[in-house]
Amino acid sequence: MIFNIEYETMPREALEAIQLRRLQATLSRANAMVPFYRSKFKESGITPQDIKSLEDLRRLPFTIKQDLRDNYPFGMFAVPMDNVVRIHASSGTTGQPTVVGYTARDIDTWAELMARALTAGGATRGDIIHNAYGYGLFTGGLGVHYGAEKLGASVIPVSGGNTRRQVIIMKDFKPSILTATPSYSLHLAEAAEEMGVSFKDLNFRFGVFGAEPWSESMRKEIEEKLNLKAVDIYGLSEVIGPGVSIECHEAQKGLHLFEDHFIPEIIDPDTGEPLPYGETGELVITSITKEAFPVIRYRTRDITSLNPEPCICGRTMVRMNKVSGRTDDMLIIRGVNVFPSQIESVLMEIEGVEPHYQLEVDRKENLDILTVKVEISDKTFSDEVKELQRLSATIESNIKETLGVSVSVKLAEPKSIARSEGKAARVIDRRKL
Amino acid sequence: MQAQQISIFLENKMGRLSEVTKILSDAGVNIRALALADTSDFGVLRLIVDNNAKAEEALKTSGFTVKKTPVVAALVNDRPGGLHGILDLLTKAGINVEYMYAFVAQSGDNAVMIFRFDKIEEAVAILTENGVEIIDGNKLYTM
Repeated sequence: MIFNIEYETMPREALEAIQLRRLQATLSRANAMVPFYRSKFKESGITPQDIKSLEDLRRLPFTIKQDLRDNYPFGMFAVPMDNVVRIHASSGTTGQPTVVGYTARDIDTWAELMARALTAGGATRGDIIHNAYGYGLFTGGLGVHYGAEKLGASVIPVSGGNTRRQVIIMKDFKPSILTATPSYSLHLAEAAEEMGVSFKDLNFRFGVFGAEPWSESMRKEIEEKLNLKAVDIYGLSEVIGPGVSIECHEAQKGLHLFEDHFIPEIIDPDTGEPLPYGETGELVITSITKEAFPVIRYRTRDITSLNPEPCICGRTMVRMNKVSGRTDDMLIIRGVNVFPSQIESVLMEIEGVEPHYQLEVDRKENLDILTVKVEISDKTFSDEVKELQRLSATIESNIKETLGVSVSVKLAEPKSIARSEGKAARVIDRRKL
Repeated sequence: MQAQQISIFLENKMGRLSEVTKILSDAGVNIRALALADTSDFGVLRLIVDNNAKAEEALKTSGFTVKKTPVVAALVNDRPGGLHGILDLLTKAGINVEYMYAFVAQSGDNAVMIFRFDKIEEAVAILTENGVEIIDGNKLYTM
């Protein structure tokens, strides 16, 4: 099913005409209303009128997260507060939080995008959606919520946390769609198992998971443990929240990016040069319909590539590949680039190993030491020390072989690595650089 | 003629062992024998207790990974060469001892040793043929 056939299957030419018109309008408004953009354009010697084609987009300067922080809290808003009906903010765990605003029309746009996304993920009007994304300043909970209502599905606003109660709700209300972060969904699976509840007896058909990078092997594990089909959703609060792009359940291969509202680019994160389709780099997004908080060439720090090939689901919008990491998650260990997701893939290929891990980086005598803490599971625990040592050695050598970096593996007790109910904290970097 | 031993995975952390003994004590489980195999990062604690089901439940509820392993409890003459006689029999039969430890209580003049073998049934057969007494689990737990 496709929620908005007209836009989601629009021929390229018509789509690009709409994009250009909307881009030009966004640039004029940003220039007129946001001092930050006005001075940025001026510095680069460019005016909105100079942007005459989509190719001209690359002439505009980038916007980065620090710019949003510098304009904390409302400096980037392009409408008077009279017209702002909603405010969200990032957690601010890595610094000053970033604050975003929405007009009534923005909320409507977002609901439309989330309705499209949920539909692509397999939801229909008749579904009951168990929404375990956190409600609050985080965009996940309310984003899914409004989309579900727009679609006409029944949404359970269960939010994150209180996991045992969630399992009881899943058993009693029989929801058919689960929306959660991938790590929380596995946490739910563990809790259900402890309570003697099998996902086989539940009613889930599809799950829409996002807000943190997750690997193909983690998808396999979620699909097996939760007995549903798992699709990936992408978004970030700076751009709108969840619903920037979505995998279709038909192909589960790449996330359709809603290009009638956003223009994606892939750039080389070091040089800032745009890269062609198919090449991997940093995703840059320009919003072209948002009123309260337009972003122009916003550097997402997410690493992916774009695929323009037609999809079996009928959508014509370009697909971005699963995000493989973040430019700021990337660890440089003795000169080798390491993404937590790569380590995760290696772990999941070893029989019985669960994706509960943490990376610890230290620097001893000017040498980077990467320690991978991996939880023991019922399947991997052996009574014999030499078997456990063999397991550590296997993980170490598989990582060395795949990533070319030496690590030391430390086996940890089950459930000793914190399961955040939102995004999993994967990396502890203790290097003082 | 086997006994069940329970094993748990422990990180090398201050106070971790006493947490285990507290859990068992609170559950009213008596530890009959215990051995700790350790490396620099982790240890495996092996226990013979008077009530396996109770111990397993209490430990699992507290989040430990618990595994049951069959072991053999054999009587060993408490005199020089007592243990050697048994190990000699096993070596000649090509049976490996994965690990062993001593039981707390004595049985008459004999010591009780707990063995983990790679070939457990063969080991029991060889030992019984040669007159070594094996203690059944049910008797062992309450000895």
